[in-house]
Amino acid sequence: MSSVTLKNIVKRFGTFTAVHQANLEIPEGDFVTLLGPSGCGKTTNLRMIAGLLDPTEGEIQIGGKRVNDIPIHKRNLGIVFQNYALFPHKTVAENVAFGLKYRDVPKSEVASRVQAALDLVQLPDVGDRYPKALSGGQQQRIALARAIVIEPDVLLLDEPLSALDANLREDMRVELKRIQSKIGVTTVFVTHDQSEALAMSDKIVVMSAGRIEQVGTPEEVYNAPASEFVANFLGASNILQGTCLGKSGSDVAVETSLFGTVPVPASKASGLDNGPAKLVLRSEKLTLLPPGADTTGMITAPATVETVDYQGQTVRYFIRTGDTQLQAINLIDERPFPEGTEVTAAFRAKDCAALPGA
Amino acid sequence: MGWQLIRGWAILVYIFMFLPVAVVVLLSFNASQFGSFPMTGLSFRWFIELANNDAILRAFRTSIILGLLTAIISTTLGVLASLALVRYRVPGANAISTLLIAPILVPEVVLAVALLLFLNFLGINKSFTLLLFGHVIFTLPFVILVVQARLISIKRDVEEAAMSLGASPRQTFFQITLPLMMPAVLAGGLFAFTISFDDITGTLFWKPGGVETVPTQIFAMLRNSISPEINALGTVMIAMTVGLPLLGAAIARQISKKSGT
Repeated sequence: MSSVTLKNIVKRFGTFTAVHQANLEIPEGDFVTLLGPSGCGKTTNLRMIAGLLDPTEGEIQIGGKRVNDIPIHKRNLGIVFQNYALFPHKTVAENVAFGLKYRDVPKSEVASRVQAALDLVQLPDVGDRYPKALSGGQQQRIALARAIVIEPDVLLLDEPLSALDANLREDMRVELKRIQSKIGVTTVFVTHDQSEALAMSDKIVVMSAGRIEQVGTPEEVYNAPASEFVANFLGASNILQGTCLGKSGSDVAVETSLFGTVPVPASKASGLDNGPAKLVLRSEKLTLLPPGADTTGMITAPATVETVDYQGQTVRYFIRTGDTQLQAINLIDERPFPEGTEVTAAFRAKDCAALPGA
Repeated sequence: MGWQLIRGWAILVYIFMFLPVAVVVLLSFNASQFGSFPMTGLSFRWFIELANNDAILRAFRTSIILGLLTAIISTTLGVLASLALVRYRVPGANAISTLLIAPILVPEVVLAVALLLFLNFLGINKSFTLLLFGHVIFTLPFVILVVQARLISIKRDVEEAAMSLGASPRQTFFQITLPLMMPAVLAGGLFAFTISFDDITGTLFWKPGGVETVPTQIFAMLRNSISPEINALGTVMIAMTVGLPLLGAAIARQISKKSGT
């Protein structure tokens, strides 16, 4: 187990810059997720940590030691790939034992360690089979067993759940997290799936267009996004243009044309100066109520339901207040409001965040 | 009705293609001392004479040694070239690829004359090494085509996984890449062997005096008379050039069945 540090990492492919000045500190034993849309540089970062790509500039440290010049096979890492990457010509047991061959593990110990790893991923009886005989989810467990049996300093997971179907993905998510916390290995997880990131991570690193947008706990990046990109990428948000009127007590007052003055908690309005500002209003926090309902302590505006997008447990509304369209995602109580209904859109000021305006 | 016609036509085409071969095989068992119909009886006489014909045995030995060496050199070079072209970013990879495949497209006579003129220009005499060199040139494209196709289908992340587990690039090649492309390597080797074993055009140009391969030996024998021995030799050649690839394909299938790819 070791910490991982990226210092001023830049990666260019020809004239294209895939990673701009990445600085990142991953403490020992943490589960850190690199989250972002495809092409944001998250996989490039992972591959540089792995040693599959060389950074153009900057320094990568594992366990406090510079590893830029250490080739991948000497870095002692476990990598799990999106498409499992099991060796098709070797049995499951041979696959898992592969890394032990290069680590001077006594023969007698190899079998027991392979078995322990297979037990850990809950596939104790498949050692004699070939990977092709296993399902996708089972193959990915074997890939995980193969990566952790060598007791790596760092575990790198490159979208390991993306190739699995939805139900299996949730099971594997829980399983992966269980195994990671059991062995306590420093883990870097790359995904474009925000729910995976929120559910599994100690820390999330949100990336966009080669830059790190925000680093924080799942709660931090979800509740107090540091940029418009983060606010939109993690869940759906309404971004309203407004003006920051200054701090009063523990709140920062942001004035918007739709909702008047909203006192946003200062903890969610960092870096905000007087002047133009953006109010971030999460769709899940915007509640639609029948007109005349009790809205004590809430900020409200009358609205009309324009589009109803029924999703079973929840419903996504597109509503119009004045000339602005807003999005609201509400739990369904009995039945959703039909299109054209006049409603009251309400939210609490403490659920909002604010960003510096353009 | 229409389908019957097409079926009948197809059968005629097959007869046209394979009847001469069948006749040679059939006549090689003819007891008559003339290498033609009518058959006078069934006999292995011509095979026995063949086995006692020193010139033919020598030619056989030459052909087999030449074929084996060609196969070994061509597969080695072909595997290396494919690795470079598929796995590394070589400047001008497309041009190199086309050039490597070119010997298939250039008529063999042209290739043969060109190599001969080139060596003349360098002042090098014809030799067995030159013959081998020539065979390698025109078998190499086949090896590269087969191996390259296979290598493209082997995912890079399998090799990356092996390296992440501690295997050096060399160990990764021998543990992972080579076993996975083995069926293609064997197929390429067999191709090279049979093409070399069969070849007459290039061989006639390149072979030094006194050295005969099986095809040039047959050619030389035909100039004197059509001996029934030639039928027997033809049968042996057919068995080798058809049987070997079939055997190779069967082995390759077995290997890939076991590894499940």
